[in-house]
Amino acid sequence: MNEDALVRVEGLSKTFDLSPSWLSRLLRGGAKQRLHAVDEVSFEIPRGTTLALVGESGCGKSTLARLLVGLHEPSRGRALFDGQDVHQTLGGADAGPLRQRVQMIFQDPFASLDPRWTVGQIITEPLIEQKILAPGASLEQRLQELLAVVGLSASDAKRFPHQFSGGQRQRISIARALASEPDFLVCDEPTSALDVSVQAQVLNLMRDLQRQRGLTYLFISHNLAVVRYVSDAVGVMYLGRLVEWAPRARLFSDPQHPYTRMLLDAIPKLRNTGQARTPVQGEVPDPLNPPSGCAFNPRCPHANDRCRTERPLLQGTPAGRVACHAVAEGRIGVS
Amino acid sequence: MNALRRWLDTDLAYSLRQSPLAMGAALVAFICLFCAVFAGWVAPQDPFDLATLELADARQPPIWLEGGSAKYWLGTDDQGRDILSAVIYGARISLIVGLSSVLLSMVIGVALGLVSGFLGGWIDAALMRLCDVMLSFPAILVALLIAGVGRALFPQAHTSVAFGVLITSITLTGWVQYARTVRGSTLIERDKEYVQAARLIGVSPMRILRRHILPNVLGPVLVLGTIQVATAILTEATLSFLGVGVPPTSPSLGTLIRIGNDYLFSGEWWITVFPGAMLVLIALSTNLLGDWLRDALNPRLR
Amino acid sequence: MSLLEVKDLVVEFPSRRGVLRALDGISFTIEKGEILGVVGESGAGKSLTGAAIIGLLDPPGRIASGQIRLNGERIDQLPEAALRSIRGRRIGAVFQDPLASLDPLYSVGAQLIETIRTHLPLDPNAARLRAIALLEETGIPAASQRIDHFPHQFSGGMRQRVVIALALAAEPQLIIADEPTTALDVSIQAQVIGLLKRICRDRGAAVMLITHDMGVIAETCDRVAVMYAGRIVEVGPVQDVIHSPAHPYTAGLMACIPDLETDRERLAQIEGAMPRLDAIPNGCAFHPRCPRALPRCAVDRPELLAGGATQAACWLLAS
Repeated sequence: MNEDALVRVEGLSKTFDLSPSWLSRLLRGGAKQRLHAVDEVSFEIPRGTTLALVGESGCGKSTLARLLVGLHEPSRGRALFDGQDVHQTLGGADAGPLRQRVQMIFQDPFASLDPRWTVGQIITEPLIEQKILAPGASLEQRLQELLAVVGLSASDAKRFPHQFSGGQRQRISIARALASEPDFLVCDEPTSALDVSVQAQVLNLMRDLQRQRGLTYLFISHNLAVVRYVSDAVGVMYLGRLVEWAPRARLFSDPQHPYTRMLLDAIPKLRNTGQARTPVQGEVPDPLNPPSGCAFNPRCPHANDRCRTERPLLQGTPAGRVACHAVAEGRIGVS
Repeated sequence: MNALRRWLDTDLAYSLRQSPLAMGAALVAFICLFCAVFAGWVAPQDPFDLATLELADARQPPIWLEGGSAKYWLGTDDQGRDILSAVIYGARISLIVGLSSVLLSMVIGVALGLVSGFLGGWIDAALMRLCDVMLSFPAILVALLIAGVGRALFPQAHTSVAFGVLITSITLTGWVQYARTVRGSTLIERDKEYVQAARLIGVSPMRILRRHILPNVLGPVLVLGTIQVATAILTEATLSFLGVGVPPTSPSLGTLIRIGNDYLFSGEWWITVFPGAMLVLIALSTNLLGDWLRDALNPRLR
Repeated sequence: MSLLEVKDLVVEFPSRRGVLRALDGISFTIEKGEILGVVGESGAGKSLTGAAIIGLLDPPGRIASGQIRLNGERIDQLPEAALRSIRGRRIGAVFQDPLASLDPLYSVGAQLIETIRTHLPLDPNAARLRAIALLEETGIPAASQRIDHFPHQFSGGMRQRVVIALALAAEPQLIIADEPTTALDVSIQAQVIGLLKRICRDRGAAVMLITHDMGVIAETCDRVAVMYAGRIVEVGPVQDVIHSPAHPYTAGLMACIPDLETDRERLAQIEGAMPRLDAIPNGCAFHPRCPRALPRCAVDRPELLAGGATQAACWLLAS
């Protein structure tokens, strides 16, 4: 394993208990219902790089993001930041320094800022809360610096979020995330709710910041084109499991897992106008009732009996890892 | 002045200007409040100062009827008290009781609603069952019960104790609405991303409740409060009418109505009608204000 | 004669800050059997255009001037009763959120049959058979059983298919689809797009596809109209608009979309943001952000001018 990994995730799992109350189960005899939102995920992120996680709804990428920043407790496995166990550290006395180094940018620019707080209050909240700076001249100066970095003006500090557009609000979120000078940013679909031209501005900004400050990103998205632009490595998730992991160039030129191929194929392309494509089978199954064996098997053109009974493990080299029996057995040729 | 100008420019002020009914209601409510607060300056006489009363002037009709005089615009009661002054002072008592019980209900209800919505689990379940239980009792009966208990406990009731018991009883009937509304809003806000961002930063749950969630759930509470003022005042009036409300030395509008009731059939209708009209005026204007506030706040909440 | 003709449509919203023009003189046509894409960013007015055509503008918005003609007859000034008979029968609608488009209290079949019988003179049995046929056509498996299921028993993609079936129920000539695939997963998106295309070909219905997603437009549409700040800035065949745009805004838009096929060092960006409705610049609405603006652009508002295979509202084409 790469020793320079700033973030390492080992067998991380999160299960939600969605069973009806015990009284209902007593009276109606229903079974316990468990949602395996994240299921034995392992990967690492080297310092200064961007790992993108892609997948469709229900694949667990948002839950994984929240596990990494301590908003959820893991059911099994662990997440390590710079060698420290995230969950244990956040529960202990050393939580402060860790909180400063790990921050998150959320998807919804409207819900991620408190509508009653001014922009200045929002951005400086981490500084005050983590006792980095007390209210005063140096706090003001830091606020001005942060506003300038994300391209907002000094007078914006006194305004309220509803007076800004979606793109500007994401900039405010970015400024807030940068306030404590973090090393690692978890970005949960930061541009999905933005228009294309605004998205370009925000993505460029994030890239510039990464170069200037040596930031490490975990970038979550369902948009593979955006992922191609921002990532160094890509992980593909399906129903809580990591099914493929590869450096960016390899993933887009030579995708291994049938689901990855299906995803890439399904995206409308600007060049292929009106061309018929391989029809896509089925839909994502109910996460409460995942298929046995490999989660993708009902939709997979290469599924055999082993796929329906035995869950494939993520195997491979730093050049690329796949969780697929067909690939491991050599049944799928190079496309 | 600057702050006033800024407020006048907001959407809320604009909405107020659009609705003549709301503006009228606001004006009426403001006048009532003003009179009540500055009763000593506004009222022609202090009706509870026995020294100023002249028994000879008792039972005079209002000024526009025969037998009335300019000294007593709305006539006098059986003791020579000026009805206008009695109404003004009575309104003051009613408003004090009404407003303070609403305020207390709000504090209790909002606090419990916040805790219930934020913590969830068995605390939430227990508090909501408590709300259900409280709602199944009619408000007046609860108030009567508490007032009765209070009187039994403190037979030689000092005035302020009697007030305290009355305010407590009205408070206890009103807090449930706030708790439920706030709990619902808290459940929604708790899962929003700005709260998650605050947790991420390491803000303690108490601070999150106080500084993030509370300001965002107050909107509907204010609307409720405005409408509840009318309910509280009417409840107090009913209790005073029944004789278990405010002590007789500080008659509220309800007390005045009761006193005047006896004279209704002997022709001196003004003794009961004017306090009644004042009561209706206060209740109606606060209700209308509450209605307007709810509609004005709604599109922005959307 | 075009199936749908919109001429100089102006939609206004009276507000605190004066009267806002959300659509400022929109003109376009849709021919029978054609799929026209209407693309633009938030606030450009594309959803409003669809709403105005089908008569579902939220008050206080209203059509201030202009004409909308369906098969030559004007529909923009019809009373509500006449509009209701057009909606569904001649124009069908598919909106973004399938959960909001279906009534959760009624079975899918009940809603389909209700729509069918409102517009077509069929008895309940015939209507039910037709409903089952529609569900099969939109790709719902086991249609004769699922017709009695409720919306919550369908997945997102299936629900959108039901909504499309509803839109087709009375055999409309025109379907207005407002962001029909935005709320769906990518793999389902592809299925629904394929369905829309197939239905158009099979039935000869025209579609007005409103979306912000250029990829969907590229896959589905014959022609596309690009909107900006309540105006149409470019219109033409889809390949030409995408690959040789005449308008600087369209060009900027295409340049800042990340490409699935190639690596880019940096995404191009368009500086600034779309103007708010109460602050639309004089002349060409795009000129403050345009890298190739002429002095004339700040003064005169350009009409749609011919520029190669497309038409664009840009003075650069006038010379």
